[in-house]
Parts: sequence; structure tokens; C-alpha cells
Amino acid sequence: MSGPATREQLTREQHLDLYYYMQLNRQLEERMVRLFRQNKIVGGLYSSLGQEAVSVGTAYALEKRDWLAPMIRNIGALLVKGVPPRDIFTQHMAKYTSPTKGKDGTSHFGDLKVRHIVSPISMLGDLIPVMTGVGMAGRYLGQKIVAMTWIGDGGSSTGAFHEGMGLAASQRAPFVLIVENNQWAYSTPVSRQVPVKNLADRAVAYGVKSATVDGNDVVAVYRAAKEAVDECRAGRGPWMIEVKTMRMKGHAQHDPAEYVPEEMFAYWKARDPIARYEKFLTESKTWDAKTKSEIDARIERELDAEQKFAEESPMPPPEFAEEGVYCDGCHTIEAEWQRPKSEVTPPRASVEAAWKVEGFGGFEDSIEGVKATSGASAGKANSGAGNGSKANGSAEKSAPAKRVEEKAKALAAKAEPERTPFGRGPKGKQGKR
Amino acid sequence: MAQSTMLEGIRQALFEEMERDPAVVALGEDIGVYGGAFKVTEGLLAKYGPERVIDTPIAETAIVGAACGMSFMGLRPVAEMQFIDFIACCFNQVTNFVAKSHYLWGAPVPIVLRGPSGGGVHGGPFHSANPEMYFVHTPGLKVVYPSTAYDAKGLLKSAIRDNNPVLFFEHKFLYRRIKEELPTEDYTVPIGKAAVRREGTDLTILSYAAMAHTSMEAAAKLAQEGIEAEVIDLRTLLPLDSETILSSLKKTNKLLVVHEDTRTGGIAGEIAALVCEGAFEDLDGPIVRVTALDTPVPYAPTLEERFLPNTEKVVAAARELAKY
Repeated sequence: MSGPATREQLTREQHLDLYYYMQLNRQLEERMVRLFRQNKIVGGLYSSLGQEAVSVGTAYALEKRDWLAPMIRNIGALLVKGVPPRDIFTQHMAKYTSPTKGKDGTSHFGDLKVRHIVSPISMLGDLIPVMTGVGMAGRYLGQKIVAMTWIGDGGSSTGAFHEGMGLAASQRAPFVLIVENNQWAYSTPVSRQVPVKNLADRAVAYGVKSATVDGNDVVAVYRAAKEAVDECRAGRGPWMIEVKTMRMKGHAQHDPAEYVPEEMFAYWKARDPIARYEKFLTESKTWDAKTKSEIDARIERELDAEQKFAEESPMPPPEFAEEGVYCDGCHTIEAEWQRPKSEVTPPRASVEAAWKVEGFGGFEDSIEGVKATSGASAGKANSGAGNGSKANGSAEKSAPAKRVEEKAKALAAKAEPERTPFGRGPKGKQGKR
Repeated sequence: MAQSTMLEGIRQALFEEMERDPAVVALGEDIGVYGGAFKVTEGLLAKYGPERVIDTPIAETAIVGAACGMSFMGLRPVAEMQFIDFIACCFNQVTNFVAKSHYLWGAPVPIVLRGPSGGGVHGGPFHSANPEMYFVHTPGLKVVYPSTAYDAKGLLKSAIRDNNPVLFFEHKFLYRRIKEELPTEDYTVPIGKAAVRREGTDLTILSYAAMAHTSMEAAAKLAQEGIEAEVIDLRTLLPLDSETILSSLKKTNKLLVVHEDTRTGGIAGEIAALVCEGAFEDLDGPIVRVTALDTPVPYAPTLEERFLPNTEKVVAAARELAKY
């Protein structure tokens, strides 16, 4: 099992939870395939078969107060966050009872007030800056939340991806990006999109900590995500986690995925995340056959009721199309402050507006800096960069890296202490701290 | 009392709104220590600190995306485009995510995207644009384009307090060229209401932003010829104040629309359709447009002058229209 070291052991209940959500995810989608064939799904249907461990393992690392924005194949994450399966059914069936009341389909819905879910859109990458903003606002309000979103191997090529990572990194936002490498962007393999071995290698360039994990091992995924979430909550964000997995169906139902080599499907079928996890639960004696059949029966029962609700629900009335372009006071907008507002209002908020440029950006330091960062470990002289992750193979610090670090320390010792990069702190208090 | 420029009016609105509500934050390129390319945000960082006045990377999609995310948390971010031309870089974020969130999934996006726009200052093709109509064509957005210091301040305050995403265009030609006394007490100007700048009976000139001033100058000249033009400053382009437009038309029976935006797909076409649908019987002449050319904004002063509408062009068109 790869991934960062264990922070804490999962309890038996938590282990069973992971199974429940993965199996719920799969069974729900299998039912939707049947509904699709019965023409009861209005639009497209996107499968996350084989990727359930990613959605479930990552979202399971979040707390209730945390925020997430799923992608199309992250239904599992929504289930973990407490979204009832009926919402998924009704969304796909364009019912008036769906979260968007029929205005959008699939997993395109959100819940700002209760579950803290931001709706995805089809344009890939846009959620990265959006969730960065969620994280920044959470920190500003003193909420100690973490924001998480997902992006595919394909979506990692978009401009929004890079803009978002740049902002998240420069703001040190409490933000976790899960790069869900399912090998295929529609019909194009990763090798034709991104010429690096691990997509997480790109994190180094942003000065962002990262890890690469086996996406079909739900416990490994959970542990990596948990470490990232904990780190971000402690103010050491953002994080990027690449999970290696495989899209076991076509891009959507219409696509037979004939471009995928058969051997590749076979390789990944042998690594099915649910089958693997069942084996683990059995071998580790976490459960027995009875427990499994109880959980499976519960899932069946729940889905029966939820599907029935969805099928019996009405379509939206046509005139509903005209409603809701603007918020005309239908929503109350109120920030949840968990720190004193006086901290962000004058005089306490006031600073001397002046930049301080450490090391002055000179070439001499950059030579050593480059050597120092030739591993995964980021430059020590650069206050904006974090360290590379353990999983990314950062070894012992090299001698030049140590030299740079010492030099930076010496520079810092010479400089006046400061709280922010803006001059010397609050006006009138210069030199007093 | 001291006179304030339009730029100062905008700046005052930012300071006063940030003072009033700690949920108001500002973000953008060079808005902090530097105070913004036009110094609209000068002093904001010193007063409210780096948590509320955020210098960002050059990444418009990230700026708008982050503002949107912050607004989901109950904040009211004001994002600056260094020049409004660069809003093209985040077109998707604005039109697909920000604009549609409330309609699709009930998530209001109370953000303001503001920036300097417009020509006449020889900024060339990438620093002079009037891209408002891309966004007027996007349901879910509000588009505001003031022409006076009073309106700029009052409308920006309304925009910040609005629960919807508002695009706030600041005509850079007007930034420091117009001045007026501003009230010391808090006030707002409602979004979606046009202003009748001059009453008249012979024809209606509809305009906004810098061209509202051009239209007023033209009306003064026309008055010397005995033509009394009513001049309406739209102030808000989306939602459009069709009531004021139609009631003026019913009085004057003739309509001239003047805008600095290019001709094809400019708001004049939309207004013409609106009038044909709502007041066709009242029309005594053709609906006439005076607009910029259908070209990019050229750089050389001689070319830009040709490109832009001006008082003479408006007077000439009005004179012809008045003959009907």
C-alpha cells in the first residue's frame, strides 16, 4: 500500500462505512444504467465504475463543516456527504423533486447551507479557483474548514487548473485537489495529454505538497486524503493528491470505449476496488458473510425506496423555466463569523502597505536554489513554497539545500520580525512586537 | 464642498462599503500595495489589510472563480479587472459558472466585477474595449455602466449590496474628467433605472457612459437649431429600463441610440426591437443608430477618432431624424 503514513487507525464501523458507500455508489449507478436503457434518464449517464474508492475514500476524510465540489464521476463523494440517492436519481430523470428541480441533470447540484456542496459545471477546471475561494473565505471567517474538489487527468490540462493552483498556492489556501487519473480523457490516453509519469509531479512547480496513491485501494486513498485535509486545516495547504485508477466504461453510456485495449480492462478488473476491499475485510476478519449480506440488503432496500420515489416524481411545470434567473431576496446571504470582526476592521486590520522582497530575487541564490529543488523538495529560500511530500520521493536534504536553508535563516535573523509580508505590521506598532 | 471625480466616487464607495460590512473584500491584480492601475483602490490595503485586499496572480479565471467561491461563504467580493478587456480571459467562469448558479442550483453569487473600460484615451485595441454586450446577452448577470460621479458611487454601492453578480463598467475617459459634489451621507442609486438627463419633445437620444456626455453636448447644439432632444442615460444595461425608454418614445416619437460599443450586436439593436414590440404605433421615423465602427479599437488618434462616435456625428444624425 502506498500513500503517506497512517495518522490514525480506522475503526471497524469506519471500515464498514467505506464498504457501504462504495457499494451504494456502484449499486446506484447500476440501477441508473437500467433506467437509462428504459429511456428514463433524460440526458447522458456517466459511470464511475471502478473509481468508487476515489470518491468515497477522499470525501470520507472530510468533516461535516468542510466543503466539496464533486465532478461528474464523484457520486460516491456526494453519498458520503449525506446526499440521499433519490437526489441522484431525480437529477438524472429531470424531476421536479430533484435538487435543481429539473434545471440541470447528473451530479450538477449543490447545497450551500447544510452539506456544503458546490455544484460542478461541465467546463473542467473552473472549480479549482472556486474552491480555492471557498477555502480562503473559510479561513477569513475563522471557520477552520477545508475545501476539496476533483479533476481528471484530462481536466488537468485546462487553463483554469493552472490559474487555480497558482492562486491556491500563493494564498496557501486550505484546499485539497484530488487529481483523479482514470487514464482516459474521453478517448485520449494520459500519455497523449501530459508527458510526465505522475500528474502529481506538477505540484512541485506550484510549490504545493502532493502525493500519488493507488486509487483502487480505498484505505490508501482515505489516508492520503486525511493527511492532506489535516495539513490544510493546520494552515499548511494547499495539497494535491493524484489517485491512479481506471475508468471501466466509456466516457458516457453512448461510448463503448473500443479504443481501450482489452488487456488494460483486464489489468484493472483484477484490481477492482470493491472486490479488493471485500477481500481485505474478510482476511482481516473485519466482517463475516453475515455482515456483508446485511449491508448489501440494506443498500438494496434503501435504493428500492429511493428509486420508487424518483420514478413517481413529476416533471417540472413548463412555466418554471421562467423563474430564478436572479436572486430577488429569495436567499439570505450571511457569513458565518467564527472570529471577531474587529480583527479584520481598522485599526487592527491596518498595515503599512509596502512589499518586502526576501533575497531580492537575485541569480546567485537561484543557482543553489535550483540544485536544492532538483528533488521533490521545494526551495527553502522561497517563503512561498512548501515542501515536497514524502510520497513524492523527497529524500534527505542535499548539502546545497542545507546551505540555502542556512542562508535563508541568516537573512531572516537580520530582518525585522514580521507577521505579514506587508511592511512591519499594524500602523503605529512598528518595532513593538 | 469639495468636488469629486468619478474615480474618487468609485473609491469612496469601496471604502465606505468595506467600512460598513466586513464581508466586503477586494481582489485583483496590483490592487493592494500599488493601489490599482488607475489608483482606484489606493489606500484600501493600508486601511483594511491583506486579508481583505488581495493582490492576486495574473489569472482572471482564478480571480473570478475565487470571488465566486468566497461569495458562497457569505462574503461580498469586489474583483477588479485591471482593464475590462481582460474579462475575456475569464469569460467561461463569468458566463457559465457565475451567471448560471442561481438559476440552476439556487446559489446566489453576490460579487462585483469592476474595471476600466472604453476608448478615447488612445489605449489601443486591448485597453479600450466595450465588451458589455457579451454579458448583456448572459441571463443571470447585471450590467451597470455609469456616466457620473454620483451614479458611479451610488451604483457601485448598490452592486455590492446586490445578491446577484454585477458587472460594473468604469469608463476610463470619464475617470478624472468629470467632477461633482457628492453627498456626505450614505446613498445608493438603484440598478435597473435609467435617468432622464434632459427633457425634450422632438426626439429621444438614448445613451450611456461617455456617450451620455456626448449626447448632452449634441442636445445643446441641437437646441440652438430649435430641435429639443430628450436625453436618457441608461446607466444599467441589464436589466434594461424599458419603461423609461418607452414612455419617452411615446412623448417624442423618434429615437436615436448612441453607443461607443461597436455597431453589430450593440444594445441599439436590442432597443430597436424593444421599441418595435412596445411602441411601434408611436414611431414617426426610423430608429437611428450612432455607434462605433464594426472594427477593433484602432490605436492612432486619427483612426480612433474615426472609430468613435462624437458630438458632430450625433448632431448630424439627429438633424436628419428630426426632419421626419
